[in-house]
Amino acid sequence: MTPISIAFLPLTDCAVLVAAKEKGFAAEAGFDLRLIRTTSWAETRDRLVYGQAEAAHLLAPLAVGVTLGISQHRCALAAPFKLNVNGNIFVMGTEFAQALDPDPIRRLEDPLATAHDFASAIGLYRRKPIIGMVHRLSSHALTLRYWLASAGIDPDRDVSMPVLPPSFMSDALRAGEIDGYIAGSPWGLVAVDQGLAETVMVSARIWQRGVEKLLAFREEWMEANPEIVDRLIVALSAAAAWCDEPGNREELARLLSAPEYINLDPRIILPSLSGRFPVRAGAPLADVPDAMIFHREAAGFPWRSQALWIYSQFVRWGFIKASAENEQIAGNVFRSDVYRRALGASGLPMPGASMKLEGSLSTPLPVGSSSGTLTLGPDRFFDGRVFDPARIEEYLAGFAT
Amino acid sequence: MRIVIVDDSGLRATVLEDGLREAGYDDIHVVPPHGAWVAKLERMAPDVVLMDLGSPSRDTLEEMLAVSRALARPIAMFVDQSDETMIGAAIDAGVSAYVVDGLRKERVKPVLDLAIRRFRAFASMQAELNEARTALAERKTIDRAKAILMESRNLSEADAYSLLRSTAMNQSRRIIEVAEALITASDLLGGKS
Repeated sequence: MTPISIAFLPLTDCAVLVAAKEKGFAAEAGFDLRLIRTTSWAETRDRLVYGQAEAAHLLAPLAVGVTLGISQHRCALAAPFKLNVNGNIFVMGTEFAQALDPDPIRRLEDPLATAHDFASAIGLYRRKPIIGMVHRLSSHALTLRYWLASAGIDPDRDVSMPVLPPSFMSDALRAGEIDGYIAGSPWGLVAVDQGLAETVMVSARIWQRGVEKLLAFREEWMEANPEIVDRLIVALSAAAAWCDEPGNREELARLLSAPEYINLDPRIILPSLSGRFPVRAGAPLADVPDAMIFHREAAGFPWRSQALWIYSQFVRWGFIKASAENEQIAGNVFRSDVYRRALGASGLPMPGASMKLEGSLSTPLPVGSSSGTLTLGPDRFFDGRVFDPARIEEYLAGFAT
Repeated sequence: MRIVIVDDSGLRATVLEDGLREAGYDDIHVVPPHGAWVAKLERMAPDVVLMDLGSPSRDTLEEMLAVSRALARPIAMFVDQSDETMIGAAIDAGVSAYVVDGLRKERVKPVLDLAIRRFRAFASMQAELNEARTALAERKTIDRAKAILMESRNLSEADAYSLLRSTAMNQSRRIIEVAEALITASDLLGGKS
């Protein structure tokens, strides 16, 4: 057995790791998998960066940020596999939500209108709303900034965004320390369940196929252990297929609910897997069919264009200066080459390219793949913009107007 | 050198503070991570911030380090990134340190060494305390189970205990598990104890 330690944060999207351990995918592949539960993203990052875990369940923008040297100690990270697509939920306290469309399902259906309602609601509020973020370098922060900015809100000026671990958000809301928060499932739903907050937006309605959590390694370790890395990716890919199976959702929710993982009632976890969840206590459920994707559409494939989208947003918000060097470093964090090497013989449909236009598909599209048929799901941004990784400067200039 | 300890477990902060004072550091402040603690920290302008590696407040602090104007000088987690032994020891012990960039390594190293030792000492104290608590709770449970057997089966205390022990051995379970099962069963059947 090969011992391997993976650090994770308690979230629905650590599902693939939990299934790999609990359903035997890791053991079958010869791994003695140890999952290290951490409390904050800073801790997950440090355990990976300083070698206390071989791999980590990590926010995609944090992996890019650590590699670029904008989150404490600079360390080259590499992500050959994505653990999921989508999954974040933005909730605001019931008082603030009163200023938005009274029909909470309509809010989700029209992100553009809701962004403008949100801008007006800020004006009506007695002070700057305080929105809890799970990390400055998170997909949550980047998609929320993107969405708010579409209605003329300057996220650095018009709202304040303190950082808290996802599992602490609902308590902070109850204590009045924040007015709302965006967090990965199931933590957004905890406050809704308690009647403290209402869902305002879900990340899948801002970007239909948003990049979320990665399996990240230190690049140096990954390069030195190709056999272990490939074998692990194969095992995790099988676990991801199991997680995506609708018939396994109830069991998966139960596995995740254990104290050593999320430590929450499976009743709260299940909706984030099924995509049918409450937006307001007692109101009809919303349907978000692609709320979280683990395996289908080659969800695990790390498109380099997605790493570059993250880089483009870092530049947009002034986290880093635009340069050819930074662009290259960021793009290299996503290792589609290693994914191909590991899963090439598996018979899974393999994308023919490593980059694509992000946000160009409004309907599912069969694409070139080396084996079988690969259909990519709709991946539009709600405002219809398309990210061309070859024309980042032009893309960014488009936001200035 | 001004050292701030961010901690809301009073005991650990005291253990660490005492150690630092004994070693001759006298500009030490303990800040619990509640309310406007980051603003307080900014006003204090510390040279070194020590906190629990697993503390949820680290994310809050790092966010402030990224955007704060008052703490404009960059802060690094460890002074000397090449000292892998020390970094490993710090993480094992659960110490995270934020140090003002430019502070000399020789000045910070003894502080970190001490913090690592004290965090370790605190962790083993906690472990001992938990063990003692568990042992006490287990003894109480076993005593209750013995009392049930003594009353319902009219056994002596020694016989009650040996019955528990032989049952546990026959079922390959721990005595405490058998005792708990017995108490549950007795409660269900409306037993007095």
